[in-house]
Order: sequence, then structure tokens, then C-alpha cells
Amino acid sequence: MDVIIRNPVRRELQLQGSRRVKQLLKELDLNPESHIVIRGESLLTGDEMLRDQDRVEILSAISGG
Amino acid sequence: MRCIKCPVKASVELRRHNSSFCSPHYLEFVRNQLARNVKRLRMFAPEDRILVAISGGKDSLALWDLLLEAGYSAVGLHIQLGIGEYSVRSAEVSQDFAQSRGAELIEFSLDQELGMGVPLLSRVLRRPPCSGCGLNKRYLFNKIALERGFTVVATGHNLDDEAATLMGNVLRWQREQLARQSPSLESNHPQMVRKVKPLYTLTERETASYCLIRGIDYVVEECPNAKGAHSLLYKDILNRIETESPGTKQQFFQGFLARMRPALQREQTVDLLACEECGQPTTGEVCSYCRMKDRVQNYIAVNAPNGASRRDT
Ligand code: SF4
Ligand SMILES: [Zn+2]
Ligand SMILES: [Zn+2]
Repeated sequence: MDVIIRNPVRRELQLQGSRRVKQLLKELDLNPESHIVIRGESLLTGDEMLRDQDRVEILSAISGG
Repeated sequence: MRCIKCPVKASVELRRHNSSFCSPHYLEFVRNQLARNVKRLRMFAPEDRILVAISGGKDSLALWDLLLEAGYSAVGLHIQLGIGEYSVRSAEVSQDFAQSRGAELIEFSLDQELGMGVPLLSRVLRRPPCSGCGLNKRYLFNKIALERGFTVVATGHNLDDEAATLMGNVLRWQREQLARQSPSLESNHPQMVRKVKPLYTLTERETASYCLIRGIDYVVEECPNAKGAHSLLYKDILNRIETESPGTKQQFFQGFLARMRPALQREQTVDLLACEECGQPTTGEVCSYCRMKDRVQNYIAVNAPNGASRRDT
């Protein structure tokens, strides 16, 4: 699957195999409290299953100041 | 995972509330939070004129959107801070939002008001950028609200902001800051407008989710000066605790409001005077904004009589 991370700097990576949203975040060491995972137009909850052909975006929700 | 209100698949999970919502029911949840906070802390009434501090980030735009939607009279105020690309983009996003809603946006530029933006100000004051920036924002929000007949200033501070600030204040035992930290601060001086934070029960992930579902374009990039700020470290630590123990951030902040702040407030008896130069409330003779402005004007007179801003790049 294609994963685009905006943290807020943009990076892209490709991963093999299916996994749930919360597993993906864990692998990438991203806190589920401060990140939102989006597929297409939909926001996804942690239990959502992601497949090989999916393209997901991970957005950091944290701002400073 | 299903929405707890209907059979549709959930798009936002809120572990600390043991809930999950589909998009429409999530929006309803956020609207209810706002309505409840406004009512519970008597933040404002339908006849109030609200000035909303707009940075262009997710929190301020979510707040403005919610207030407009609920039918309040809510005018935006955006202060251009002169922080390179970040400020340019923030102004654009704020203008676009205002236009899309047909809402009024007051724009103010630090460069015009003061003669310099945040980066040069930081060098002149020899203090971190956020220190001068915060001083100007606080002062200008209050002053502009007063001058233009607004009865309350609303900011988009969320639960993460408040919990991180509380953590910072507790780690240094800042008594005065603790006594003043509140989502609804009554005016304690005729020249001081009431300040409210209607989103204080929503986390950053929740305000960002709201914007994404509503299709609100907000500035995702950070202010470059936020890097390495203590507040980001505290937010990260609190979120790590929150993941293991959902509800911690809320208990930390709400517990403080319910059990600690009343005691601190009782001890606090500072008399506010009117600043000799501008009339705004201060504890001394001249307020910190006017003292800062004097230093800035001295600097400009000596170093850049034809305008400091051009060198501020
Ligand atoms: S991070 Fe600091 S300098 Fe940047 S906008 Fe916030 S307070 Fe101002
Ligand atoms: Zn639903
Ligand atoms: Zn003054």
C-alpha cells in the first residue's frame, strides 16, 4: 500500500501486506492520539483493515505555539 | 467499528468517551460540545458580539465555522505576524475561509502597527520569538475588541493546548499563571474584554477531524518558531499517557478547573491599574506592551529611520 505521511513534512512510503490502521501507526511509531488516517475521503478508525492496493494519508494533528 | 448513534461505519473513535461516530454524528458531537461549554461556563449569549482570533490553523477555523453555523455574530481577526511563508499562507487561508462563508475578517499587520514583524522583534527584545509574539497578540486582541465594540474574544485553544500549558505551569509552579488559566476569563477591569476558549474540551485530533470532515482548508504547516517549543514536548508526553490511559488529559485539566483553581483564585488579589500611556490594564504604571513598543521605536529611530521592516528578511 502507498502511505503518505504529512507530519507536517511530506514523505511517502510503500508497504506490503494488509494490516489494521492501529498496527500501521504502531509500525511507523506514530501516536494514534495525534494522527489521523485517511483513505480517499474517509477518516478511518483504528480497527479498519488496510489492503495492499490502498492508498492512505496520515496527517499529524499537532500544532505548536 | 460502527457509529454509536446509527448503523453506519464510524470514522472517528473517541476512546475517552467510549464512543465512535460516523461523520454526520461526529459533527453533531462537536456542535454539542461547543453548545455545552458555552452554556456551562456562560461564555457568551446570542446578543454578544464575538471577536474570533484567527490564525488560519485548524482550531481557530473550526471555532469560527461552529460559531457562524450556530448563528452567532462572530467576526474574525487575523494578525499578520511577518513570519515568512508561514504568515503569507496563514493570511491566505484565513481570507479564503472568510470569503467562502461571507464572514467579516479584520486584518491587522504587526509590520504596519509596530514597524516590524516577529523575527526582528525577537532580536530587538533579545527574547524568544513566541514571547514578543504572544505579548502583541494578547494586547491587540483586547484593544481591537474594545475599540470596535466586541463584548468577548474567543480563541481556538483545544484540550491539548490547555493540558500542555497546565503541565508547564505545574512543572514550574507558576502560581499566577495557574490562577489565570481558565477557558472562560471574566473581565476584571473596564478596559479588559472577556476571553473564552469554547473548544477546550476537544483534542487536537478532534478539531482536525472536524475540519477534514467539513472540508475546511487550514494551515497544516507549523510556525517555524514552534519547533522545539516546550509545549510540543508536553503534548507528546501527555499523548503517550493518553494512549495507555484514555481520558487522562481531560481529567488533568478538568480536575484542575474543578478542584485546584478555585483555591488559587481566592488568594489572588492583584489590583489592575490603567497604563499611563495607553489606558489598558496593567499591574505597573506602564504596561508591558507600551514598554516593548518604546524599545521598538528606539531601535527604529537609531537603526532604521526609514522603516525597519525592509531589513526584516
Ligand atoms: S509559535 Fe510562537 S512565534 Fe509562532 S505564531 Fe505561535 S507564538 Fe507566534
Ligand atoms: Zn452515525
Ligand atoms: Zn500601555
